[in-house]
Amino acid sequence: MTSPVVTVSERSATAPSGTPGSVPRLRTSRRRHSTDKPRRSVLLTVLTSLVLLYSLVPLIWLAISATKTQEGLSRSFGLWFDGDFALWDNISQTFTYDDGVFARWLLNTLLYVGLGAGGATFLAVLGGYALAKFDFPGRRAVFAVVIGAVAVPGTALAVPTFLMFSNMGLTNTPWAVVIPSLISPFGLYLMWVFATEAVPTELMEAARIDGAGEVRTFFQVALPLLAPGIVTVLLFTMVATWNNYFLPLVMLKDPDWYPLTLGLNSWNAQAATAGGEAVFNLVVTGSLITILPLIAAFLLLQRYWQSGLAAGSVKE
Amino acid sequence: MTTLQPPAAAEPRPAPPPARREGRSWTGWGFLGPFVAVFALVFLAPIAYSVYLSLFRDQLIGGTTFVGLDNYGEALKDDRFWASLGRVSLFLAVQVPIMLGIALLVALALDSGRLYGRDFFRISIFLPYAVPAVVATLMWGFMYGTRFGLVGDVNSALGVSLPDPLSPDLVLASIGNIVTWEFVGYNMLIFYSALRVIPHSLYEAAQIDGAGQIRVITAIKLPAIRGALVIATIFSIIGSFQLFNEPSILQPLAPNAITTDYTPNYYTYSLSFNGQQHNYSATVAIVMGLITMVIAYVVQLRGMRKGV
Repeated sequence: MTSPVVTVSERSATAPSGTPGSVPRLRTSRRRHSTDKPRRSVLLTVLTSLVLLYSLVPLIWLAISATKTQEGLSRSFGLWFDGDFALWDNISQTFTYDDGVFARWLLNTLLYVGLGAGGATFLAVLGGYALAKFDFPGRRAVFAVVIGAVAVPGTALAVPTFLMFSNMGLTNTPWAVVIPSLISPFGLYLMWVFATEAVPTELMEAARIDGAGEVRTFFQVALPLLAPGIVTVLLFTMVATWNNYFLPLVMLKDPDWYPLTLGLNSWNAQAATAGGEAVFNLVVTGSLITILPLIAAFLLLQRYWQSGLAAGSVKE
Repeated sequence: MTTLQPPAAAEPRPAPPPARREGRSWTGWGFLGPFVAVFALVFLAPIAYSVYLSLFRDQLIGGTTFVGLDNYGEALKDDRFWASLGRVSLFLAVQVPIMLGIALLVALALDSGRLYGRDFFRISIFLPYAVPAVVATLMWGFMYGTRFGLVGDVNSALGVSLPDPLSPDLVLASIGNIVTWEFVGYNMLIFYSALRVIPHSLYEAAQIDGAGQIRVITAIKLPAIRGALVIATIFSIIGSFQLFNEPSILQPLAPNAITTDYTPNYYTYSLSFNGQQHNYSATVAIVMGLITMVIAYVVQLRGMRKGV
């Protein structure tokens, strides 16, 4: 990004070689396009590093703590390693403790994310495409209702949803967690904005003239063009489902159906119950294992979701 | 912060013209239908059911009876409800400006192009967003703990006694810190995405007019991303009013400081699942939903009206 301050310094840097009498305004504007890199600032970097430290220190604490035994956690300094390096031991204990219930929670989470986030993304892509590319009766009303619904606190819905699902016999089953996860108003909105720009209407018309039906036009013409938007929506719905706590807390009683978040909290809470065994080292190691897949997904797919998000932001 | 869905990230724009004006047809419904059907089941039906529930009361004798708006009257006189609302309002007034302020400053720093290692900063500061609220709270809870937490470490290393972050006086600020940690990077990314798409020609024009860095920020960048700022504010407000995860997970660590009616949401949860008062719980949830919507709406109107 070009900033005025920078151009001043650029101008003075080029002044000695510049011929007197040349047109300055023209020159600078040409220079500006060739060098779009302002001078780096050490001070600004240091200040921003404070926020960086704030963001990363807890994660570093978690990674280091996962290498400690239960006793090591309390006797050593939080941000440095203890004498015993117990990471591998902790990981195997995490997966074997209580008959391997952690693995079960992990599989549950994968199930909820696969069905919930996958389904939410699919519905949002279909719906967003419809809002962007078709004119149909009730189109505006639908969008107004969906956007209005975003303002309804999600937790305010949890109790009535629980009672409803309870009457339908769905509570304490995976469906109670999966079905409410299928709706992502944000996903719908993002896909709508994205599809408006990413899928040229002429291309759809061309496909139709060639005899493709609506379904085929969608899958073969539109879907590939929507890929960055789909990745973005998928990542954000994945985070929402993977990290979901309140909904499963309300819906599930049987620990066998818990996702990781609920399971970890139950391990943490068991230390406080009478006769419960404290397993803080497993809580810490399990927490680390819980966040790694999402962090990996965000890092690996950076290019896609950032372009998807920028496209959803505003149009130039 | 608790949401059944991720908060919206981008600023809403007026609806673009539909692609096919000439032929309004029902084809679009084929694509939108599945979404609307599930939406009706998990959004509209619970709202309607909630309103229905709020009109009844479960009596010890006589079963469930229709009581009209009595539950609402009770909620408006309920000290525990108002106390929890006051708590989240205080939280909102302090935490949201701090969080959004930091996010905005970092976004502007990234956008200025004057940072060394910009991409590293961007992705690292965003990472806490990928951490579940449960893990974030457990983690900070451990670090706050004087037993094997960082606070304890600092106390013994320096021979000082820092105030206990989980004491009744400080626990709200400690929760604020956790929420800030979770969402600074997310909001930063929203602001940054909005800043990236400002046309460069505006900066060039400002430069010719001799505008300085600060002037460019106040006259061009901030007005250009106002929509993103308003949306982030609204979603932070909704998030604050919905506060549940962090206090409920910290509760066992700070039983004296965090009560089961600490926030409105915690209160509705306790009413419903510990007290079996489903009808009253639904009423409190509706009142809270209405308050949230009114405030979000007012913020949006004010935010959009402030002209350039």
